[in-house]
Amino acid sequence: MKPPRVLQLFAAGVNCDRELAHAFTRAGAEVVQVHVRELIRRPQLLRDCRLFALPGGFTYGDDLGAGAILGAEVRAFLAEELAAHHDRGGTIFGVCNGFQVLVRCGLLPGLEGVRASLTWNRTHRFECRWVRLRVEPGLGHVLPAGSILPAAAAHAEGRLVLGDPERDLPRLEAAGLVALRYADAAGRPTREWPACPNGSDGAIAGLVSASGRILGLMPHPERNLGPESLPDRGAGAWGDGGEGIAFFRGLLALDRDPAAR
Amino acid sequence: MTGAAWRIELELEPGRDDPVGEAARDALVARGVSMPGEVRSSRGFLLPAALRREDVERAIVDLLADPVTERALVVAPGAAPADGRKRLAVRRLAGVADPEGASAARALRLLSFPLGEEDRVESFRGLRLVGLEDVRPLLAAAARALANPVIEEVLPGDRPLGLHPAPRPRPAERREVPLREADEGRLAALSTEMGLALSAAEMAAIRDFFRAAGREPTDVELETLAQTWSEHCKHKTLTGPVHYRELAADGTVVAERHYRNLLKETVFAATRRLAPDWCWSVFADNAGVVALTDEIGIAVKVETHNHPSALDPYGGAGTGIGGVIRDILGTGLGARPFAATDVFCVGPAGLDPGELPPGTLPPDRILEGVVAGVRDYGNRMGIPTVAGTVVRHPGYVANPLVYAGCLGEIPRDCVDKAARPGDAIVAIGGRTGRDGIHGATFSSEALHEESETTDAAAVQIGDPITEKKVLDVLLEARDLGLYHAVTDCGAGGFSSAVGEMGEDCGAEVELSRAPLKYPGLGYWEIWISEAQERMVLAVPPESLDAFLARCAAHEVEASVLGRFTDDRTLRLRWHGEVVAELPMDFLHGGVPQPERLAELRRPKLAPTAWPEDADLRRLLLAALAHPSLASKEWVVRQYDHEVQGGTVVKPYQGPLGRGPGDGTVVKPRLELSAGVAIGCGLAPRIAEIDPWAGAACAIDEAVRNVVAAGGDPHRTALLDNFCWGDCRKPDRFGSLVAAAEACRDLALAYGAPFISGKDSLNNEYRVGGEERPIPPTLLCTAVAPVADTRRAATTPLKRSGDLLLLVGTTVAEAGGGSVAADLLGLADSQPPRPDLERAPALFDAVHQLLADGLAVACHDLAEGGLAAAAAEMVLGADRLGARLEVEQVPATGPRPLLGLLFAESPSRFLLEVAPADLAEAGSRLRGLPWAAVGEVTADSRLALLAGGREILGVAADELAEANGVQS
Repeated sequence: MKPPRVLQLFAAGVNCDRELAHAFTRAGAEVVQVHVRELIRRPQLLRDCRLFALPGGFTYGDDLGAGAILGAEVRAFLAEELAAHHDRGGTIFGVCNGFQVLVRCGLLPGLEGVRASLTWNRTHRFECRWVRLRVEPGLGHVLPAGSILPAAAAHAEGRLVLGDPERDLPRLEAAGLVALRYADAAGRPTREWPACPNGSDGAIAGLVSASGRILGLMPHPERNLGPESLPDRGAGAWGDGGEGIAFFRGLLALDRDPAAR
Repeated sequence: MTGAAWRIELELEPGRDDPVGEAARDALVARGVSMPGEVRSSRGFLLPAALRREDVERAIVDLLADPVTERALVVAPGAAPADGRKRLAVRRLAGVADPEGASAARALRLLSFPLGEEDRVESFRGLRLVGLEDVRPLLAAAARALANPVIEEVLPGDRPLGLHPAPRPRPAERREVPLREADEGRLAALSTEMGLALSAAEMAAIRDFFRAAGREPTDVELETLAQTWSEHCKHKTLTGPVHYRELAADGTVVAERHYRNLLKETVFAATRRLAPDWCWSVFADNAGVVALTDEIGIAVKVETHNHPSALDPYGGAGTGIGGVIRDILGTGLGARPFAATDVFCVGPAGLDPGELPPGTLPPDRILEGVVAGVRDYGNRMGIPTVAGTVVRHPGYVANPLVYAGCLGEIPRDCVDKAARPGDAIVAIGGRTGRDGIHGATFSSEALHEESETTDAAAVQIGDPITEKKVLDVLLEARDLGLYHAVTDCGAGGFSSAVGEMGEDCGAEVELSRAPLKYPGLGYWEIWISEAQERMVLAVPPESLDAFLARCAAHEVEASVLGRFTDDRTLRLRWHGEVVAELPMDFLHGGVPQPERLAELRRPKLAPTAWPEDADLRRLLLAALAHPSLASKEWVVRQYDHEVQGGTVVKPYQGPLGRGPGDGTVVKPRLELSAGVAIGCGLAPRIAEIDPWAGAACAIDEAVRNVVAAGGDPHRTALLDNFCWGDCRKPDRFGSLVAAAEACRDLALAYGAPFISGKDSLNNEYRVGGEERPIPPTLLCTAVAPVADTRRAATTPLKRSGDLLLLVGTTVAEAGGGSVAADLLGLADSQPPRPDLERAPALFDAVHQLLADGLAVACHDLAEGGLAAAAAEMVLGADRLGARLEVEQVPATGPRPLLGLLFAESPSRFLLEVAPADLAEAGSRLRGLPWAAVGEVTADSRLALLAGGREILGVAADELAEANGVQS
């Protein structure tokens, strides 16, 4: 069987491209990278891919806010093609800066009337540390709901803020758009530092679209490549090192039938 | 005010926490300003006045503002905010790079906003001061509290703000400098006037050359010689002749030696004698290269960026890391950076501003600034900063040290390079401006009075995304085989880059082809500008179009400046006219090198007098809180030390992520099982007492670090970075010679060759009219392959019931320069010295125990000795502890309790071994000093015993708290 094709976006300042491509390849994909300029010229490249991926980094230096410039570019020049890709049953996945771009260009959370943004961590600092992500029902089609996905958080602007958290959180949850939450060592969701490095509303680490095929998260599952990637090198407190690749396998296996979910 | 502009301030909505505003308020209060209310921060932009209001409003919604957290204040061109609120604006001085403004302009063009080619956008920081009547009285305090006056200004925000004026041009005609008739006095005056920093002998050699040539030099010829012959580029002190004398305490000469070339006869000579086949390139290129596998090599370089970091810690450290990354990109045909290191030496914490020499920033502010500089540059480049440390010492108050290192991976067939005659000289990356011309020699006062481009440009702000694009296109073009040679533009700019690449053939450059940041640069400014993020390549004519096309695809600016020739001459033109014509032989070989005197005084040192009693608990907790040991997690976690996914032994380790590691291990290629262990060592406090011992301990520490992490001691390569005082003074130079000899001695004894290095020899500061050197500071960086990273080692304890083995002997009476001696206020005494006979066998045995999986945790003994090492292994574990019997400690000489616990004798390790493996481990250690000194317990506590009696018990959380761990 032909391996599923991942089209991975490249742009000035993308810098997590190697590990993301490595993780997708290990999960069984064929990865093709494309520069954003090239993709804007030839958007038909999206037509033969199963999954469109936006890696982490600091696109254009994040000089105007994380993902702001690339987000504006995607919205201005690629919105229609991405919508068509999604309507064909394709998946769109963004991690870290890629997630920031998806939120900035409006693809996530994609719920009418809910404004969301990824802004400065409550500590107001870039922070790199391993976190535990609890899989929420919204992501149950990728990994078992309630299970823990250990991943490396590495961001300064990763706090999900909602226009009106008290009103918006229940709406997101009801619509099944909450994909991942930061959790403590016992697996309980928390907004408290350091288990949640940024103080996100609802302890949300990742969002998913109603279709289940547009997904973004701040921490990096593509850095969870095996036991030796983990802080305790696989002694057990951070899983067995298989959860990262399992996540990418799950993404690649998403049903292409738009009506299936 | 000039250049009227739309002004936008994006302020956080009321009720959103605003740490920037709070920090600004705190800084003002600390300066004695009374602040009635809160301070709210904003991101400010100045947009061209020609835009329509609806364009400005669309720009805010589509691009500039956060859609949830910010609201916008828009002020029309030439107007002031109409709401009567009190504001400040902090903005960069004219000529200082403004990446946010440049990015905004670029993005607006990209999104088809009507911006002309010449239109600029500027950014600034806005502050709204609630409850204040007038901001004018606090402007002076704000200028210091909220800005770095070297690069920024603080303006009242309730007045109109405009764009900076365009920089003023400089006349640019060919200019000769009359030199042939100049006498010694005139030569010295010229060197000073032109800022050439050439000695009398060097100026005379240049005069004699032009007398023989029968013409006067041009300004750019003198500038080129000054750059090429500078200490920074030529390392005249370390590579020149030395007369070295060792003096006893009474001044009698006890030893005397001559070196024709100090570095060649010490550090290089050791490398040449060892000459291992796994060293692929040593002291020849921008970095040394060693083998990782048969096909892949590791390029390593460490640089210093001290003086710029003292002036502007943030920009200085950023451009420091940016520069060393370019060294790696410019090694061979280009290595791909995969790890970075940083070491900072600053003054003590919490110094009162009154104790600071004039013009000096407080050490804490310097440290915060340099950490932020490395963070913002390294993180944006996507290179994990994985190793380093912070040293605090009063000697660094006025002269901080910033070391930045980088490692890259390179295919074996890319290690060699050579420009060929006919190749195009192509510059890529950033544009050329007046950045860093003659380094940052301008005082902040002068900058303040005349804040125009010419002066403010002495300070540089890095632009990491430009450098990232250069990295992307360079490696792509390398793999397509599109060029013959590459090097970075570092000190000396084009002058050094082209001069070095063309050394063996010749080069011709048309300076008017260099793209400029702004018009009006003189030709010599273009030639020696140290503008960042530029590389120079030798591209053969047949590949030129393909190369330029790759650059265009990545939006990297590329310009053909000229070509390499075969006449061994450097020829520069300015709009066609020849402005320089220098033979490469004179340029690279003409510098005269007089013999210099170096003297080392050896005081008589007593054995360390450890007190009989001390409060052990207090001493251990104080040691863990001492700046040398205190957790640097707050630094490390600001760096993305996991990017690229290959950081398999992390700087902070264990299930809680708080156990300090020794070396870090990084896999440059995720598909390979091999990785690289990286370690750093420095011992300035010991070097002050005995420079040979200080250097030897630094090297031993670096080697210990890589061995403890699983690196192979038989394949360990070293780098030297000497930061010293002014070595024209014999006493400073004397300690440098001793340190260079230590490098030679340890390299030979350990079989660990030096492969690259760098020196910075002018680190002096003035106290009450007296010039003082910084402490002699050798940073040794070690790298070693780890054949299978699954067998790499970490420091936290693993299993209760395991045994703790102490390997290596303790010399308690050599406690000089140790953390405990410092805490106890002991007088200078004998410092530790490695046992050169025995250390290699110890390293080998420890390595084999780790490689064969017999030891499951390993920590080297460093600052704080055995007690601190055991404490760190405990605090890194979760629900485990350790019990140690001091009487079991293997020692040489007297056995004072404090010495056994806190002496910092080199070449020692604490290993965790399962009881079942003890016999096998013991047989591997036969003939070496070792003992089982304790065991791993299940009680989250460190217990020290003497003769079976517990003399100290501390809970793991208490150890962690003293150490200042974050979580």
